[in-house]
Amino acid sequence: MNGSLNANHLLYLLQGATWTVGLSLIAFVGGGLLGLLVALCRVSPSRPLRLVTAGYVQLIQGTPLLVILFMSFFGLPALGLKISPLTAASVSLTVYVGAYLGEIWRGCIQSVPRAQWEAAECLALTRGQRMRLVVLPQAVRIATPPTVGFMVQIVKNTSLASVVGFVELARSGQIINNSVFEPFIVYLVIAVIYFSLCYPLSRWSQRLERRGPSARQGAPLPVQQASLSLS
Amino acid sequence: MTNPSIDSKDAAVVLRNVHKSFGANKVLAGVNLEARGGQVTAIIGRSGSGKSTALRCIDRLETVDSGEITVCGRRVDDPAVDLKALRLDVGIVFQSYNLFPHLTVEENIMLAPRAAKRIDKEKARALAHDVLARVGLAEKARAYPEQLSGGQQQRAAIARSLAMQPKVMLFDEVTSALDPELTGEVLKVIEELAAGGMTMVMVTHEMAFARRVADQVVFMNAGLAWECGSADILTHPQTPELKQFVHSEL
Repeated sequence: MNGSLNANHLLYLLQGATWTVGLSLIAFVGGGLLGLLVALCRVSPSRPLRLVTAGYVQLIQGTPLLVILFMSFFGLPALGLKISPLTAASVSLTVYVGAYLGEIWRGCIQSVPRAQWEAAECLALTRGQRMRLVVLPQAVRIATPPTVGFMVQIVKNTSLASVVGFVELARSGQIINNSVFEPFIVYLVIAVIYFSLCYPLSRWSQRLERRGPSARQGAPLPVQQASLSLS
Repeated sequence: MTNPSIDSKDAAVVLRNVHKSFGANKVLAGVNLEARGGQVTAIIGRSGSGKSTALRCIDRLETVDSGEITVCGRRVDDPAVDLKALRLDVGIVFQSYNLFPHLTVEENIMLAPRAAKRIDKEKARALAHDVLARVGLAEKARAYPEQLSGGQQQRAAIARSLAMQPKVMLFDEVTSALDPELTGEVLKVIEELAAGGMTMVMVTHEMAFARRVADQVVFMNAGLAWECGSADILTHPQTPELKQFVHSEL
């Protein structure tokens, strides 16, 4: 045994943790942009757009993220596209998160009552204006708790990027363990770090959920009680 | 089926032989109806008689299967009708208010003049305060819809529609969700609009109100404008169906 776990090892793990956070952010931003596009296409009046995006969502939801990672890291170079582990992980997670967020947000857009669309339509707003000024602001409110909840899944799923050699938290743990051979301690530390990243997100999501979709920040109103009992 | 002769030239809304089915359910079976400019037309009848559907067809929230609808000289049954122009001419107020919950009352009212008419923000705000004063809600400009009573929400919805300065206003059972006291405050606003010469078509269950305010009453039955005339038909109905309806409402 060449030395037990020391401060340098911990520092290395924390460095891995920053990459986990970084990759999560890339996945969330990239996946969020793609997801918004997917959600808008899924509720668009154009049937081909709806079908294509529905197909994409089904395809991704029916494929393990691990396989998507392998496909982009090992599959794309076979087609002549050489990509780094970071690019492979970013692309895979974006494609993956985009499908899930797109589906979550489609549901949120569609749960805004039809009457709101009609009221906006009768006020001579164009379809784009109805979506942007009336429906999306309400959908965002509905979407916030499940979206924050899904961010927890993103953080945990970044650990799969270790299989393509990207050194994030899980991968840095493996590397440390290969030198210190203390799997229980090392993976316990890793679990604690993951937990401390995810737990605040979970709590935040729960808080948003409790407050209800119709609640506005800083305006405690009786309506919140009603939405609580209905949910 | 009586139909007093109206000179079509000053008719703001005309329905000619309008048919509409939802699946196998025939809701409108050849409706003929004319609403004159500057007058109040009240549509009454039992639930399921097609009143609301007829009203929704006027604003093209529903498309008709056959027949003609003309609103302010524009053929609404034409598939290529300019919907934006139609909606600028016609305002509609719904039973469930349908205010936008994420906006204050003032913002609710300013939204469409700014987005659809490109009126600048300060002018839109002045307009909002003007229409809110007309419905007696000047002090509620900054409130959110959920902070208002049903009657106040409905008056805010009327103000929102008024701010677009429509030529015709449609009211779809606007007091049905309100208790008698709140109904009164909403009807008072509508009555003031009528006195101001606004062209209105309203589906209503308020017989006393229809009798007092309506220039023309249309009784719908079985998907048809069964009996039309002045408010007198509520006192002296010609058809047995209206007679029975008037009695059941008392």
